Amino acid sequence: MSTTIDPLPVLLGFSRALKAAGVPVTPDRAHGFVEATSLVGIDDQQATYWAGRATLCAGPDDLTRYDQVFEAWFDPRGELPRRRESGLPAPAAPALPTEDGAAEAGDDDEGDVLRAAATTTDVLRHRDVASLDAAERQRLAAMFARLRPTAPLRRTARHEPWHRGRLDASRTMRDSLRRMGEPGELAWRRRRVRPRRVILLIDVSGSMSAYADALLRLSHRFVITQPRAEVFTLGTRLTHVTRALRHRDPDRALIAAGEAVPDWSGGTRLGETLRVFLERWGQRGMARGAVVVVFSDGWERGDAALLGEQMARLHRIAHHVVWVNPHRGKPGYEPVQRGIAAALPFVDDFVAGHSLATFEELVEVVGRA
Amino acid sequence: MDAMHSAADVAARLGATGYLADEELATVLFLAMRMRRPLLLEGEPGTGKTALAEALALSLDLPLIRLQCYEGIDATQALYDWDFPRQILHLRALEAAGAEGSAEEAEKSLYDERFLLSRPVLAALQQSPAVLLIDEVDRADDEFEAFLLEVLSTWQVTIPELGTVTAATPPHVVLTSNRTRELHDALKRRCLYHWIEHPGLDREVAILRSRAPEVADALARQVVGVVQQLRDRDDLLKPPGVAETLDWARALNHLGTTSLDLATAAATLGALVKYREDADRVRQALDRMLTP
Repeated sequence: MSTTIDPLPVLLGFSRALKAAGVPVTPDRAHGFVEATSLVGIDDQQATYWAGRATLCAGPDDLTRYDQVFEAWFDPRGELPRRRESGLPAPAAPALPTEDGAAEAGDDDEGDVLRAAATTTDVLRHRDVASLDAAERQRLAAMFARLRPTAPLRRTARHEPWHRGRLDASRTMRDSLRRMGEPGELAWRRRRVRPRRVILLIDVSGSMSAYADALLRLSHRFVITQPRAEVFTLGTRLTHVTRALRHRDPDRALIAAGEAVPDWSGGTRLGETLRVFLERWGQRGMARGAVVVVFSDGWERGDAALLGEQMARLHRIAHHVVWVNPHRGKPGYEPVQRGIAAALPFVDDFVAGHSLATFEELVEVVGRA
Repeated sequence: MDAMHSAADVAARLGATGYLADEELATVLFLAMRMRRPLLLEGEPGTGKTALAEALALSLDLPLIRLQCYEGIDATQALYDWDFPRQILHLRALEAAGAEGSAEEAEKSLYDERFLLSRPVLAALQQSPAVLLIDEVDRADDEFEAFLLEVLSTWQVTIPELGTVTAATPPHVVLTSNRTRELHDALKRRCLYHWIEHPGLDREVAILRSRAPEVADALARQVVGVVQQLRDRDDLLKPPGVAETLDWARALNHLGTTSLDLATAAATLGALVKYREDADRVRQALDRMLTP
């Protein structure tokens, strides 16, 4: 760092660069960063690094990006920060497989949409989403709004006042003390129920790409209606997309999710990504007592034994495991793929998931779990 | 009690209490104290997040006030509550004494500070300067986070019957999270963030020497060496943390071991790994590591 440069533009420029790289830097964070560097001294590069890490990052996902941007920005070889926009890990943002098609075919199919009256709606409900054309997809997308996932419930250790049930001795006593010890009405209580967390794990590998759009729309319904729901995509790596899906508008949510996932239509390493999920999120508590839904056709490129092992682990932690396979509802389907064969012993419900009607069934299965 | 002047100073003071902080952690902690911001610590279980708060309190010679979060925690468990039985007793006593005065006065005397039960957050504000440890904040609900947000930014609590309690000097706040769920951005923005990694070989040996000085030097090195190798494997369900290393070394020491051998290692494995599958894997790994 040269002392002849005014440090403020350098520091603020750095936080801008960090933001461009995908770390959610807000103005108050940037302010905190400047304050922190002034405390540790800007000429100390090491301390500046730690100060920035503490003030600008919000989670382990941000740390690698931070390291890369820091290195690019405060390169010890150059005096001035260099422009290196292309060097930043710009999030790979291929549009969702079906989004493009839907947009192209938009206008001239308006007539079709009008003709599609109540009868076709019902037919559409039962059609395999992979076989739909762009206009049909568009109509189906609107129908997702009618899905109302209900949360599965669990009984908690706590009680709540209720008009019948078991006697609530302490409340009865307190009520009577309030009247100076005069006995009065008995109070009752019951065990409180709370919603269980629902976790959706979506396989976004190549063999599932025809269903990715529909599955994300379904997950969006879950995320919007259940504040505790969490969504991850599985491919060659694990991506947490819950936050991206929190947009109220489904199309914006899908675009945000599409930007967040770097490995659309790649390979699958189900066992490996599942292991990462369990280690980083599941075992710590997210999956404990939760209802976990895995959307996958079970094509495993990696080790099927590892998948079996991880499914066993998931099954021990979670309350209920549902496996959704888009091919399950089709005639002649047998669960013989190595992956699915390894996973099936540890699955509580094995259901179909290729049409809106089967999604409705799934929502019911999850709600009852 | 006096303020710490630099990151190195922080590290030295913590070191004196037996907590060995690396430069990174010391810098962040120094900033948290100078900027008066809460420090949010995340990391694998057993990397010393809670211990840091304890060491900080000890080194500053301040009381440590701990709030353990859990699902369903609410303001009455975190802030304050009225001591209802004592209030009733007080009323009875007034009655028995036949005290004069209006009902209004009697009621007023009920909401006195002596009937107030200070829960951790209020206690920290009242006793400040203090160290407030909000442990495992990820276990609490979203509503509780929103409530923390208010306290952590204004350093005051309003009790309708009494008035507002403001901290003379804001307490040093340490929040820990195991990342069972993502904390809200608003809360994270108030805090400085730090991810604690497992320590390297030399640092862990140093930690072991300082925390369990009774363990022989050679044994300490061996134990840490084994644990570090185990952490590098990615097939363990729960890789051992520093706490487990300490436990294991102490267990071996209790058996009078001075040098690690297969039989005692296998017998004390319960201190190191807590899953049956892990125990099997570690036993096989030890076989390879300890047979010359």
